[in-house]
Amino acid sequence: MKRSRMAYPYIFVWMPLFIVAPLLFVLYYAFFRDGQFTTDFVVQVFSDTTYLPALLNSIWIALATTVVCLLVGYPVAYILSNMKSRSAALLSMLFIMPMWMNMLLRTIAWKILLDDSGIIVRLLEWLGMENPRLIYTPGAVLVATIYDFLPFMILPIYTVLQKLDRSLIEAAHDLGANSRQTFLRVVLPQSVPGIVSGITMVFVPSMSTFAVSTMLGGKNVMLFGQVIEQKFLIGNQWGVGSTLSLVLIVLVLISMFIMRRVERDTGSEGGTIW
Amino acid sequence: MKKFVSVLMAVLMAMLLVPMFSSCASGETLNILNWGDYLEPSLKERFKEETGITIKEKVVTSNEEMLIQLEADDCPYDLCFPSDYAVERLIKGGKLAEINHDNLSNLVNIDDRYMGLDYDPENKYSIPYTYGVLGVLYNKTMVDEADLGSWDILWNEKYSGEIFMYDSIRDSMAVALLYLGYDINTTNPDELNAAADALIAMKPLVKAWLTDDIKDSMILGSGALAVVYSGDAVWCCDPDEGNPDLDFFVPESGSNIYFDTMVIPVNTKKQDMAEQFINFLLEPEVATINTEFIGYSSPNAAVWPLLDEYYTENHMFNIPDAIIEKCVVFRDLGESIDLYNNAWDRVFE
Repeated sequence: MKRSRMAYPYIFVWMPLFIVAPLLFVLYYAFFRDGQFTTDFVVQVFSDTTYLPALLNSIWIALATTVVCLLVGYPVAYILSNMKSRSAALLSMLFIMPMWMNMLLRTIAWKILLDDSGIIVRLLEWLGMENPRLIYTPGAVLVATIYDFLPFMILPIYTVLQKLDRSLIEAAHDLGANSRQTFLRVVLPQSVPGIVSGITMVFVPSMSTFAVSTMLGGKNVMLFGQVIEQKFLIGNQWGVGSTLSLVLIVLVLISMFIMRRVERDTGSEGGTIW
Repeated sequence: MKKFVSVLMAVLMAMLLVPMFSSCASGETLNILNWGDYLEPSLKERFKEETGITIKEKVVTSNEEMLIQLEADDCPYDLCFPSDYAVERLIKGGKLAEINHDNLSNLVNIDDRYMGLDYDPENKYSIPYTYGVLGVLYNKTMVDEADLGSWDILWNEKYSGEIFMYDSIRDSMAVALLYLGYDINTTNPDELNAAADALIAMKPLVKAWLTDDIKDSMILGSGALAVVYSGDAVWCCDPDEGNPDLDFFVPESGSNIYFDTMVIPVNTKKQDMAEQFINFLLEPEVATINTEFIGYSSPNAAVWPLLDEYYTENHMFNIPDAIIEKCVVFRDLGESIDLYNNAWDRVFE
């Protein structure tokens, strides 16, 4: 029996209906008004700089989130992969556990924690800070985004490191490499596929995030996703909203292309999901 | 055989999805699209006992969302509660059914002052449900009494970082237009530009632009000033559920008065049932229970003798006539709404 047939409902029903068709709708709304082809929306989006600050904010938040997640996530994954399998399983479960909860609930929890009457502000005041402001700042958005996406960085790196051939490390030691050299020349290059997956899984969704910044940014931080949401739900400007969505899609495609290049140039083989 | 199995799997998987999208059809159901906390829950039970009709409620948070639903060709709702300017737009678009006043024996209860307003001059398509005015909620412990009474307070640097603004285009633009002394329905580009500039000047003083969260934040004492509607102010100032330090004023120069209404989408097949429910909601006793729960003022004159003193004595619920006379209803602006959208984009670029 060809098991691939099991995927037919997904490939021939789900994907065309819920992935391809919506993309076509986005294209249609971006280039047609009342059935007539138009470039008005594209001209409108690119002729002024109104939407540029929100786009730059989004790129900045996504980059910062990715860098912090990588800096924190890699060591975590590395430590996990060197632990006994039972304690590693327990710890990795603890990392995944927040994902069992709905993202909105986690964001609401952050809202309560970071609020002016929340525990963190009170602690800072007790430590002598005057009028600490956490909620409705870019920092609040960044902290919650990092918290949301950290597991997506740890898991792929952990998976790759776990499968690493231990004998290679032993061989490196036998050949006289110290632990720093072993890490930089043996472990790190082999974990590139995990890093690339992690970066993609963190960078791409955090680029388009908007719920976190709506709840924790109070419009003091406008992200590109919020602008798009507003165009559809409030402004009733589907043409402009679709064009902005296309801009985002193109940017994501470019970043994925760059990541693939990086992966190929480092000479690593398969193992990523992209 | 194997092929049969995989086809069977596909069919089964598809069938699993079906129940998620259909509702159980026992008895008659009326689908209503409403605001959150905008219908006293026990009234649904009571209506079901009286008529056998089940009320199924879906909730939205803005008129704009409601319009998207109501303007779709396959609108699945039988009764909705949009505000004045949204009603006007829906009437222009031919999206509303004419309500048969003969089926509304309780319509006489509505105060004449709130019938026949500009957005629906003969109330052919809409029956007023609640009303309220836009104003400023303030924390008595943080605000000087001398600063009260005018929209200027929102531009007062003394309260920098303590102001919550309403994250809604029409409402926030109205605040800026009123501050500058312009009409809240203006389509004059210069006036709208000036209003956008005023909001940009206000922005550094604003702690956050929120919607429903404003109420909780003000109750917790996280801000000194907030733009809210009178109905929400009633709830925020409630000594039990709210914060007794809070109070509310409507600037003397005038403000916006809004009406939320009951309308019937043109494509419904259950107009009779929808009218039955409207008539039920207009009954004096039902309307009293409902308005005390919602906290928004009721255009139903028959509720006043039945209302608890707490509401009749409350200046946010029983809004003085002198204030109402200075308030203006939002009008539908048609295509000109893009001027507002562009001004709003400029504020948040």
